[in-house]
Amino acid sequence: MKPSIPIATVKLLERLGCTVSYPEKQTCCGQIMTNTGYYKEALPTVRNYVDSFEDYDYIVGPSGSCVGSVREQHAMLAHRAGDGGLEEAATAVAGRTYELTEFLVDVLGVTDVGAYFPHRVTYHPTCHSMRITKVGDRPLQLLRAVRGIDLVELPMADQCCGFGGTFSVKNPDVSIAMASDKARHVRSTDAEYLVAGDQACLMNIGGILHRQRSGIHTIHIAEILASTEKEVSVA
Amino acid sequence: MSTRERLTPEPPSWLGIPPFPEAAKAELGKAQQRKNLRHATATIRTKRAIRAAEVDNWEELRTAAAQIKDRVGRHLDHYLVQAEKAMTEAGITVHWARDGDEANRIVGEIAKAKGVDEVVKIKSMVTQETDLNEHLEEIGIAAWETDLAELIVQLGHDLPSHILVPAIHRNRSEEREIFTTEMGRYGTPAPEGLSDEPAELAAAARTHLREKFLRAKMAISGGNFIVAETGTLVIVESEGNGRMCLTLPETLVSVVGIEKILPTVEDLEVFLKLLPRSSTGERMNPYNSFWTGVTPGDGPQDLHVVLLDNGRTNVLADPEGRATLRCIRCSACLNICPVYERVGGHAYGSPYPGPIGAILGPQLRGLDEARDRALPYASTLCGACNEVCPVKIPFTDILVHLRHKVAEYKTSKHPTVEQGLMKGAGWVMSDGRHLALAQRASRTAGLLVKGRWLGPMPIPLAGRWLQARDVEAPPTETFRQWWKKNRGDK
Ligand code: SF4
Repeated sequence: MKPSIPIATVKLLERLGCTVSYPEKQTCCGQIMTNTGYYKEALPTVRNYVDSFEDYDYIVGPSGSCVGSVREQHAMLAHRAGDGGLEEAATAVAGRTYELTEFLVDVLGVTDVGAYFPHRVTYHPTCHSMRITKVGDRPLQLLRAVRGIDLVELPMADQCCGFGGTFSVKNPDVSIAMASDKARHVRSTDAEYLVAGDQACLMNIGGILHRQRSGIHTIHIAEILASTEKEVSVA
Repeated sequence: MSTRERLTPEPPSWLGIPPFPEAAKAELGKAQQRKNLRHATATIRTKRAIRAAEVDNWEELRTAAAQIKDRVGRHLDHYLVQAEKAMTEAGITVHWARDGDEANRIVGEIAKAKGVDEVVKIKSMVTQETDLNEHLEEIGIAAWETDLAELIVQLGHDLPSHILVPAIHRNRSEEREIFTTEMGRYGTPAPEGLSDEPAELAAAARTHLREKFLRAKMAISGGNFIVAETGTLVIVESEGNGRMCLTLPETLVSVVGIEKILPTVEDLEVFLKLLPRSSTGERMNPYNSFWTGVTPGDGPQDLHVVLLDNGRTNVLADPEGRATLRCIRCSACLNICPVYERVGGHAYGSPYPGPIGAILGPQLRGLDEARDRALPYASTLCGACNEVCPVKIPFTDILVHLRHKVAEYKTSKHPTVEQGLMKGAGWVMSDGRHLALAQRASRTAGLLVKGRWLGPMPIPLAGRWLQARDVEAPPTETFRQWWKKNRGDK
């Protein structure tokens, strides 16, 4: 959706000494289909995910929501389809799948990634990162170590922004009401940037902030962490 | 019906309420209600969090509660028979009701046999589920709600919008208005010059209700728990109005869902810790009543329990949905739900609103009606309810499971546009080459709008989105292309 995020992720991981590869076969976690109730339609994405990533030590995704779906739903879908082999493979691959901040903190063991971002920033811990993937305060540990950053607390941070995948299409009015409240809280912080680990939520809240001409930008955590004095990765 | 005057205030009907997305839209427009809901849910959320944090082994208690409830579900037939036997031996008359109509008929017959033309009621969800009050009205018996919030709803010709605080959508000045105009038509009127001070409102309700308590020969309640081992009926409440209903009238009829059985008194301990903290943020319920049969000279002298199925065995039959029956109606999931907080209870179209309503309703009633097919989608799957529920109901899993059932239901009738879209997405996402193809189309669009944000425009699906939000233009270079160009040799 937004290429600057995976580009920032690649640059960041390479800067920290990882060898990054990108299997061209890969696509998506299939969550949008699963969560709308279309299990059969989601199954090919599970197969493709397993095929694409089976041979890697670590699979890193810059999205709490997608990683959560891989871990929580893939094996279930394979199980329901009666495909025991796929279920086993999906469980194994899911076990090696990490959300970006988890990977940095737990696997690489770093919280200071050498980033520089001299702006006022507020952090939204998206529902799926927080409650499904359980990234905890890892994003905040990483952000606190960023040089130049002015990190301010977001009121009612743990409340959902109202995106919810197809929720925003099926219940547009409630979704807008929720996103507007979230945008109001963001504005109250006087931040220049709203940061999160899930692009979909940022797109939802950012859409309102932009419509309101608030002047507040949204940014993915990978983009802040990839930024250095030499190269700012804000698109 | 229309030929004679009603005995009790006429409520509106749940049946006229449109499916969730449409009903929610109307509710969102009610500014006062939104303010009341935001304030009330935030207050009670905070209280719950404090009381839960006080208990060291809170998580273990939740797990224990879930396990006890699951065990009851697995051996429900056994525990029900055991409970029936114990209750009968203790002197309680046990009735069985397959559905709401049967339960209502049983209650109505008991009232007729007793020759009463009015009953007092303890707030109960299950009699809302069966629409008991309206059945009694039809056969000429007036049913009076005695819970303060339920009284406000009844006198206001309104529908409840919360499991625990049915009048959560109302504020004090609305309450004063309702009391002033309606109380006199159905009993003791509100005092002259009633203000909207909580103490004055409560006093007016007390006077109005006292007359009914003292006269009533029969009371109706639900039941929080039934202990199978001892045949004990357990009713907990906060206001004391329940205690009046349970001690003054000679006859008590309790309608209880069959899932409310607990094996032993020890099991009860777990729930008496979890329930008040989760629901009202109290350490203990102020009034806890336990009836093991009848005792001459103390409490009801004739006690009936109606065990109600009304779809519960269907829920039990579905291994992926059955955890729903663990629910102890504490309402914590409502108070934490961001969707409920904005729309309130009426939009859910049934007495059970919020997350529990979204999963319970469609399972009890089935998927034949559009409003029941809409409910599993009335959630963003944010998972806040999973974390707060004292019996650990996995809401998000059950919601997704029910969505799957809805998708199957719809496509079994005829293929839908949505299924077409999902199939298309399934194909695109099944292989990177397909995705690259789709991205090329999006890139073309991106080149056309060149980095400008998109505002309101009539595009199918996206149009609804773009009413209130702008969207960034599609990228002119995809990540795939960037990778090929910059890292392609790897
Ligand atoms: S589902 Fe859980 S949180 Fe909601 S009312 Fe029932 S017990 Fe309480």
